[in-house]
Amino acid sequence: MALAFLAPSLLGMLVFFVYPLVMTVFYSFTAFSLSKPPHVNGLANWRYLFGGDPLIGKATLNTLWFVLILVPARMVGALFIAWVLTRARRSAGALRTVYYLPALIPPVASTIAFVFVLNPATGPVNVMLRNLGISNPPGWFTSEPWAKPSLTFLGLWVLGDLMVIFLASLLDVPTEQYEAAELDGANGGQRFWYVTIPNIEPVLLFALITGVIFALQYFTEPAVASATAQGKATVGAGTSGLLGWPGSSTLTYGQLLYQRAFHSNLMGYASAMAVVLFAVTAVVIAVLLRRFRAFSPEVAS
Amino acid sequence: MIPRHRSALVWVADHAVFLALAVAFLAPFAFVVLTAFMSPSQAGTTFAWPTSWHPENFALVFEKLPMLKYFGNSLIYAVLATVFMLLSSVPAAYALARIRFRGSGLYFLAIIAMMLLPPQVTTVPLYVMWAKAHLTGTLWPLILPNLLGDAFSIFLLRQFLVTIPRDYTEAARLDGCSELRTMLRVIVPMAKPGLAATAIFLFFHSWNDYYGPLLYASENENAWPVSYALAQFRGAHSVDWNLTMAATLIAMVPVVLLFFVAQKAFVQGVTLTGVKG
Repeated sequence: MALAFLAPSLLGMLVFFVYPLVMTVFYSFTAFSLSKPPHVNGLANWRYLFGGDPLIGKATLNTLWFVLILVPARMVGALFIAWVLTRARRSAGALRTVYYLPALIPPVASTIAFVFVLNPATGPVNVMLRNLGISNPPGWFTSEPWAKPSLTFLGLWVLGDLMVIFLASLLDVPTEQYEAAELDGANGGQRFWYVTIPNIEPVLLFALITGVIFALQYFTEPAVASATAQGKATVGAGTSGLLGWPGSSTLTYGQLLYQRAFHSNLMGYASAMAVVLFAVTAVVIAVLLRRFRAFSPEVAS
Repeated sequence: MIPRHRSALVWVADHAVFLALAVAFLAPFAFVVLTAFMSPSQAGTTFAWPTSWHPENFALVFEKLPMLKYFGNSLIYAVLATVFMLLSSVPAAYALARIRFRGSGLYFLAIIAMMLLPPQVTTVPLYVMWAKAHLTGTLWPLILPNLLGDAFSIFLLRQFLVTIPRDYTEAARLDGCSELRTMLRVIVPMAKPGLAATAIFLFFHSWNDYYGPLLYASENENAWPVSYALAQFRGAHSVDWNLTMAATLIAMVPVVLLFFVAQKAFVQGVTLTGVKG
């Protein structure tokens, strides 16, 4: 009986998940492009991956930077704002909408807006900084050292989705526990550390893991920021050449994979990169699944 | 007096934080709106209050670009993807939440793995597959897979369906209802908020999608979605910021409207993605 209900999704799983995974592994041992059918070239792609590709080290480090800085920054920011919202009473609904709004709009739009706001010469932020007496404000998206921090600020602006999740879990913490802690003489910081954090820990961990997976595939925001900050189109044939700008300071692993497959026409090599990305993601997912009872079927029934 | 005074100060301090945050979150929108109304020459210079107002910038966006076609493309993508997803994913989620069968746990784990898989992992084989089907250069490679279930939607729907007490399905079964009838007549009506949230999620995901259209449709202007319109206003040396900002606002309008219409379902959906441990 269940099979009839599951048939479409089972077929989808085979066609869009199992088949491409198997093919990616096979392709990683071949040389091919859209015009040339695959022919096996042994470990050539893998050798290029571990020592030949001049950009892969930089792209991996950039992605690691986003995992280690962007993800925790967004979590701390979202938790802080969710906590602030729990203290708002009558206006909580309206404030939640205001704080959520940037997360709602298409990422292309929010990224372009942010590149404009942080435009080094004429943008409102640097105009204000100069009025405050900072004569040499950062170049933001146009400067190699500042490009990744600028993307982090963008990530903080659009943290609304995380904030809503954290807010719901903060409101679920039983008030009796706070009252008991207060009777025991715990101060605000202690109540947060010993009551709030343990209660919301599962949600924090889930957000951390999905955040890491999001960072591993980070693509749109840096791509749009690079192109817009350069004053060029973000679509069409030229896209690949603009990725990572300035220099290769924002080139992510996912972007390099796309560039190698569709710009350099190294589809076999891009498949080897995909296998590595899959392996890393699989480890992260395994940690998630081991940790979470909510995902196990027993809880369902 | 002192406690009253103190609580007033606390009130001001609390509200100062709310207001400061609200200003920080809304300021970029204000800059975008102001710039969208500027003359081209002012938009290229140091940011200041508009010296003259140019609402015609919005009409100019529609004049210079086939915006309606882009809107149509985005709408076709988002609507068809959502309808297809509901047809294929509701039964799958129902089976996972309410039918006992061998391997259901494993199946659910596979759905989660699929949902979390970065799209770049399967990009090359899927692109080759769609190229063989002569569907690259269109948005169909992004729409059609929804007929065969969307992992994130199945996950979200299942999370909703398990919260419906089993008694309802048991009662329907005792009355001799088939599984299909139970799903359509008992569960689907009860799960309307969940269906709405999931549908809105996929609609937004499709409307906002950048990587998918870049992969499959970037070489064919006729298939471009709205977000691509934002990147096309550039002068000889730089971006035409006033038109870019006007186009940015135009692209935001549908999602913001939809959000305000369906805010409750939406927030409920976001909350459920958080998953309780």
